[in-house]
Amino acid sequence: MELTINGTKHQVDIEPDTPLLWVLRDELGMTGTKYGCGLAQCGACTVLVDGQATRSCVTPVESVAGSEIMTIEAITEDSVGQKVVEAWVANHVAQCGYCQSGQVMAATALLKQSPQPTDEDIAGAMVNLCRCGTYNAIAAAVRQAAQA
Amino acid sequence: MNEMTPIASEIMSSELGKPFKLSRRGFLGASLGALVLGVTLPAGRARAQAAAATITPGTRVAAFLEIRPDSTVLFRSAFIEGGQGIFTAMAQIVGEELDVDPANFVVEGAPPGPDYLLTGGGRFTGGSMSVRMSYETMRRLGASARQMLLQAAAAQLGVPVSELSTEPGRVVHAASGRTIPYGEIADAAAGLPVATEVALRDRADFRWIGKPVERLDVRDKSTGKAQYAIDLKVDGMLYAAVQHSPRLGGEPGALQNEADVRGMPGVHSIHRLQGAVAVVANSWWRARMAVEALQVTWTDAVGTAHAMPADFSTEAHMAKLKAATGNGVAYETEGDVQSALTSAARVVEAAYDAPYLVHGQLEPPSALARWKEDGSLELWIPNQAPEMFQAEAAKLAGIAPEKVIIHSPMLGGFFGRHFLYQTANPFPQAIQLAKAVGRPIKLIWSREEEFLRDALRPMAAVRFRAGLDGNGMPIALAAVAAGEGPTGRWFGRQPDKVDSSAVEGIAGKVYAIPNRRVAHIHVDDPAIIGFWRSVGHSMNDFFYETFFDEMADAGQQDPYELRHRLLAESPRHRTLLEAVAELSGGWKRGPFTAEDGTRRARGVAMASPFGSEVATIAEVSQRQGEIIVHDVWVAIDPGSIVNPAIIEAQVNSAVALGLSSALLEEVVYVDGVPQARNYDGYPILTPDRMPRVHVRIVESGAPMGGIGEPGLPGVPPAVANAVSVLAGKRARSLPLSKLDLKGVDG
Ligand code: FES
Ligand code: FES
Repeated sequence: MELTINGTKHQVDIEPDTPLLWVLRDELGMTGTKYGCGLAQCGACTVLVDGQATRSCVTPVESVAGSEIMTIEAITEDSVGQKVVEAWVANHVAQCGYCQSGQVMAATALLKQSPQPTDEDIAGAMVNLCRCGTYNAIAAAVRQAAQA
Repeated sequence: MNEMTPIASEIMSSELGKPFKLSRRGFLGASLGALVLGVTLPAGRARAQAAAATITPGTRVAAFLEIRPDSTVLFRSAFIEGGQGIFTAMAQIVGEELDVDPANFVVEGAPPGPDYLLTGGGRFTGGSMSVRMSYETMRRLGASARQMLLQAAAAQLGVPVSELSTEPGRVVHAASGRTIPYGEIADAAAGLPVATEVALRDRADFRWIGKPVERLDVRDKSTGKAQYAIDLKVDGMLYAAVQHSPRLGGEPGALQNEADVRGMPGVHSIHRLQGAVAVVANSWWRARMAVEALQVTWTDAVGTAHAMPADFSTEAHMAKLKAATGNGVAYETEGDVQSALTSAARVVEAAYDAPYLVHGQLEPPSALARWKEDGSLELWIPNQAPEMFQAEAAKLAGIAPEKVIIHSPMLGGFFGRHFLYQTANPFPQAIQLAKAVGRPIKLIWSREEEFLRDALRPMAAVRFRAGLDGNGMPIALAAVAAGEGPTGRWFGRQPDKVDSSAVEGIAGKVYAIPNRRVAHIHVDDPAIIGFWRSVGHSMNDFFYETFFDEMADAGQQDPYELRHRLLAESPRHRTLLEAVAELSGGWKRGPFTAEDGTRRARGVAMASPFGSEVATIAEVSQRQGEIIVHDVWVAIDPGSIVNPAIIEAQVNSAVALGLSSALLEEVVYVDGVPQARNYDGYPILTPDRMPRVHVRIVESGAPMGGIGEPGLPGVPPAVANAVSVLAGKRARSLPLSKLDLKGVDG
C-alpha cells in the first residue's frame, strides 16, 4: 500500500485495517503523533488527511491510501502550521506536552479552513482533551495565530 | 503544613525505602558511570574525588553540570519533568548563580545516585517539593561552579580571582578587557576541587529567578519532538501488549485459542505473567490485537496482596464508610470539643463523601527493558522516583541495584501516577518478557488496561459536627473521616496513629475555632490506592470548606465574612482572602443576575496545601441541569517564587483538574471490576467547560511552599459552595454531576 505522508511516498506492507496511528508510530517511526485513548476520545493522535483534522487511532490505513497525510513532523514546513507553532511557543501552551501534537494539528486544520475563526469556530474545532488543563492557553494561541 | 514531609522520612525508614540505605559502594558504582558518561573530568580523578569523601547530595558540581565547548550547559535534574516546569525552574535557579542564561541550558532527568537525594534525604518528584526542597542547594551548586570557573580563568589569565567577574556565559577581566567563554575553561574548572565557600547573589540582583522565563521544553512540545517513554525505541526491540485479569488476584488458566492467536500476523510469542497474559509481536498494534483476542480463563490465586473481592462494589464500600461508627483516632485536637458541643447554642451536622478517581494522565504507561550481555538491565520507564524503581527492578531481576540502569524520560502527565505501586507499573512485566524472549521489549498498556490497573485516589466519607454560640460563631468543630490514605498504604501504617494523607485538609485548617477534634477511622480500601494530585487535600478541603458554609448559614453569617472574622489573628491568610476577593471585583455571594441574563452565584474556599496558602472564588450558573463554571479566581501565596508564568500555568492546570474531579469524575466498581475502561465511560473536563482562570501571586516571604498541587484543593469547595447557593440545597457528595438541579432557575 502506498501512503503519502508529509509529501513523501511510503510503501507499507500491513494489514489494511491497521489504524493509521500505529502505521505512523511503529512502521514509519514517526512518534510525534501520540496514542492517548485509541477510541476517538482524546485527539492526541490528530493528523491532517487532505487538510481535515482526523483521529488517526480509529482511521484504518487503507482508507487514507491516496490521500495527503500531514503529521506534526512536518508542521514547521507548513506556513499555517509554522504560525500555529510560534503562537504555541509565545503563549507557553504546553505543560506535559503529550496532547500538544494533536492540539497543534487541530489548530492548523482550523486555520486552514477558517483563517479568521470566531470564538465559536475555535470552540467547535478545538475539542481535544488536555489532562493538564491548557485549554485557556490553547484558545489564546489559536486567536494569536489567526492574527499573525 | 508540610504533608509530604512524612513521606520523605518514611521513604527512608520503610521497606520501599531500602534503596536509600544501600551501601555506599553500590551507589558509587552507579554514579561513577554517570560521571564518566557526562563529564570531561578524567576518570581517574573523578574516581578519586568520588571515593574520597562522603557525598553530600546536591554539592558535587560534576554530577549535575557539564559545561560544553559552546558554553551551553547540560544539567542533570534530580526531579523529573512532567509538565510542572521543573526543568525550567532548575535552569533558572542554577543559571542565576552560575551566570548562564537559562535559555542556554539543556536539562535531563538524572540517573539514580547519591548526589540526587534532595527530597528529605530521599528522592522523588512529588508533594510539590522539588523547588522548595532544593532551592538553596541548587543555588549553592551554581555558585560553586561559577567560583571554579573564576579560578580556572584566573590561572589561565595569570590574574587574581578578585579582579575577575562574570557576565552570562563568560568570565570578564575588566582591567584588561579580556573575556573567556565558560566553554573554554570548563575542562580546567572541572578538575578543581568543588568550591564550598561561595556567596549567593542578592535577591535584588536576580535576573531570572522570579521572572516569567520561557519554558525550555515549549518548542519541542509544540512540534512533536519531545520524547516520552512511549516513543522510545532501541535496536532489535519487540513490542508487547497485555491483558490483565479483570479482577486483581486472578491468574491466567487455560488459553482456549492459543494456537489461533499464535498464528495472527506478527505474533512472536504468548506469555503467562502474574495476573496477566502478554503477547510479544513485531508491532504494538499486532501485539494488542492478539492479546485481546486471547480467550483466557482466570482463576483466583491465593495470596495476592489486595486481591479484589468478586463482590466488591463502590456503592457497598461507600455505604460501609458512611456506616463507620465511633470517634476514631484523634489526629488534631484543640480545647475540649465535647463540652463545647454540649454547651453550644446550636449544633450543625452533615456527612460528606468523595469517590475514587483515576489519574488519567494522557500518556498511557509503558516500559522499555533491555538486558545487556554483561547481565545488567537497562530500563526506560516513566517514574517519579528513580532510586525506588531501581531497587524494585533489581529485586525482580535478581541482580544488584547498580546493575539496573534507569532512564527517566519526560512524563506525559503524572499527577501522582508514576510512583511505585504494587501491580500498577508495567516495568516488572517488561523485565520478565525481555528476559523470556532474549530481546529488548517495549510494553505499552492500552488505555483500557490503564483504567483497570491505575492506582486510585481513595474514596472517603466524613462526618462533621459543629457547635455555634448564640451569635452564630463556631466554637467547636468535630470531624471523623473514614477510609484509608495512600501514605499509610505504601509507606507503612501504625494502627494507633492516623495517616496524615487521610486527614490533611480537614486537619491543618487556619480558622480560629477554639475547640476542635479531627479524627480518622481506618477502613481497609479494597482497591490499589495511590497519590493523586494534592493527595488528601483533593477531597478533604472540599469536605471541610463546604461544611464551613453550612456552619455560616446556620449561624446566619456570610461565608466570606465568617472566614474573614475567623482569620483576624492570622494576617497572612486574611491578606490572601482579601486578595482573592479584590481580584474577583469584590466579594458577592449571590444569587445575582449577570449581564447576559443568567442567574449566578459565587463560592469561596481556602486551603493550606504543601506549604502554600490558597484562596479561591468560583462563579457558577446552570443550564438545563448542567453546572457552568464561568470564572475561577485564585490567590496563591507560596512564600516566594521562581517563575510566575509557570505558577500561573500550574494554577490553570490545577483548576482544570480540580474542576474535572468536582464536576465529572467517579470510578465505579460493580462485581469487582471498574465500569469505565476509557474516557468514554469516565468523562474528564473538556475545553468547553474550562472557566476563565485569574491568578494573583502573593509573595508573603514565608518559607517557600509548593506550586504543582496547591491550586487544586480550593476548587471543588468553591464551586460546590456556589452551586449550593444557586440550587438552594447542599452538595455533599462528589461529583456534582450527581446533584439534581431540576427546577433550579437558569
Ligand atoms: S488516541 Fe486517538 S483520539 Fe485518543
Ligand atoms: S499538556 Fe499535558 S495533556 Fe495537554
